[in-house]
Amino acid sequence: MNKELLSILEKNSRITPAEIAVMLGTTEEAVKEEIKKLESDKIILGYRTLINWEQVDKDTIKAYIELKITPQAAKGFDRVAEKIYKYPQVKSLTLMSGAYDLLLEVEGETLRDVAMFVSEKLSQMDSVIATTTHFVLKTYKKENVIFQHPDKDPREVITL
Amino acid sequence: MMNYDNILSKKASCIPPSGIRKFFDIVSEMKDAISLGVGEPDFVTPWPIREAGVTSLEKGRTHYTSNAGTMELREEISRYVNRKYNLNYNPKNEIIVTVGGSEAIDITLRALLNPGDEVLIPEPSFVCYKPCTILAGGVPVPIVTEEKDNFRLTKEKLLEKITDRTKVLILPFPNNPTGAIMEKEDLEAIASVLRDTNIIVLSDEIYSELTYNGKKHVSFASIDGMWERTVTINGFSKAFAMTGWRLGYLAAPAPLCSVMYKIHQYAIMCAPTTSQLAAVEALKNCDGDVENMCKEYNQRRRVLVDGFRKMGLSCFEPEGAFYVFPNISSLGYSSEDFAKKLLEEEKVAVVPGTAFGECGEGFVRCSYAYSIESIQEALKRIGNFVERHKK
Repeated sequence: MNKELLSILEKNSRITPAEIAVMLGTTEEAVKEEIKKLESDKIILGYRTLINWEQVDKDTIKAYIELKITPQAAKGFDRVAEKIYKYPQVKSLTLMSGAYDLLLEVEGETLRDVAMFVSEKLSQMDSVIATTTHFVLKTYKKENVIFQHPDKDPREVITL
Repeated sequence: MMNYDNILSKKASCIPPSGIRKFFDIVSEMKDAISLGVGEPDFVTPWPIREAGVTSLEKGRTHYTSNAGTMELREEISRYVNRKYNLNYNPKNEIIVTVGGSEAIDITLRALLNPGDEVLIPEPSFVCYKPCTILAGGVPVPIVTEEKDNFRLTKEKLLEKITDRTKVLILPFPNNPTGAIMEKEDLEAIASVLRDTNIIVLSDEIYSELTYNGKKHVSFASIDGMWERTVTINGFSKAFAMTGWRLGYLAAPAPLCSVMYKIHQYAIMCAPTTSQLAAVEALKNCDGDVENMCKEYNQRRRVLVDGFRKMGLSCFEPEGAFYVFPNISSLGYSSEDFAKKLLEEEKVAVVPGTAFGECGEGFVRCSYAYSIESIQEALKRIGNFVERHKK
């Protein structure tokens, strides 16, 4: 039931264990126990709300930054990553294959904030060879949710 | 003034219209109304299929195909029904691609029936079998399936209705509206009755990909000795959420196919080309999409069944399609009154069971081709209604 439970919660974290139990044909207790276990195993890391900030706060600037790092031995990338993800501006950080090594999602209040963070913090680090900054213009889809989606059911009300 | 009544075909004029449609036209204008009335998936066709359709248009594939459908699609259908249902059909002369399962049903009956031939129709079931039988000159003979038999067709009930005029038995499983399925043993029992007869089975398996509780669909033609007497009908609408593409198919022994082929050729020419080209993608690469949709239907199914049972209504557990068929007779209203009152008082649309045959009296059909949130809201409202009207 694990994967199905997780995908239900991933879609809607506010759904109750009782509701999940019905959907999966099991008991509320079993669901509660399973969720508890998934939390303690750090498989479920948190319950968040997906917000279209572009609707609320037009001033937030978002950028994806590619970082090229000097080749690292063993767990070298992890050490560099640790230094980077401690900055609160960094919303996500992933190690990538391909033309660059690390991909950061950075947020700031102004363009300048982000630019300064790149030039004064990231480029200054010894192991960083090159940076490329891409500013986000518009988000269409995130976490499998399409941001501006027509809600109306296009079907006829009754069909046999 | 022309008197059209004298002009129109008697046979066609006598067919009752589906009155349900009109009755529910008001729903679409009602604010905050929730419908559980729709008999088609809420999912949009998976993107790769849509893209294949778009690509075909970009390439200018806007012409007729061969009458029976493109060879590529027929070959894919042949492979698909083989890997899914263990059926063997030759794409050259045993498969016809049709305009939805509906056309397949129509041309099968037209190819088989002589005036007065009887067609056995298990009910409750989909609305088209009866009128199509009448139009083809046949005589519809309903067989009532009951809640106590899990709405399955039993050998005994079948035997009761067979006469020397019986030409066709329709097997509409997984069933719309009951959600009943027929398992291998059930089909074996039917086969044992048919083995020494000349009765042809029209097996409408349009919901074959949507079964639950781990019960995989069994195709009637895969039962020993039944291939030669079966017309297998299936399509893309339900499994791949492709209702608007109007694409289905039938598979049958070549001597049957060749006659259906003629009717199809003259009445239809060929199924839509765009749909045919898109459907190849569906059969080749979309098993995962179907599985995901099925998983979601299953969750909703459990929510609906559980919801009705908690209201104190008897609700048969459906194991196929995407409908539940709760028994509302304990409230003392006819199916139609129940549906009308529910719509007026709580603004929830369901379909009266009588739309699917007289024996549907006492039941209503609720579709779970809706989001969990809509289903939960609908259940809440129906719950209020039942509470208020409980005897």
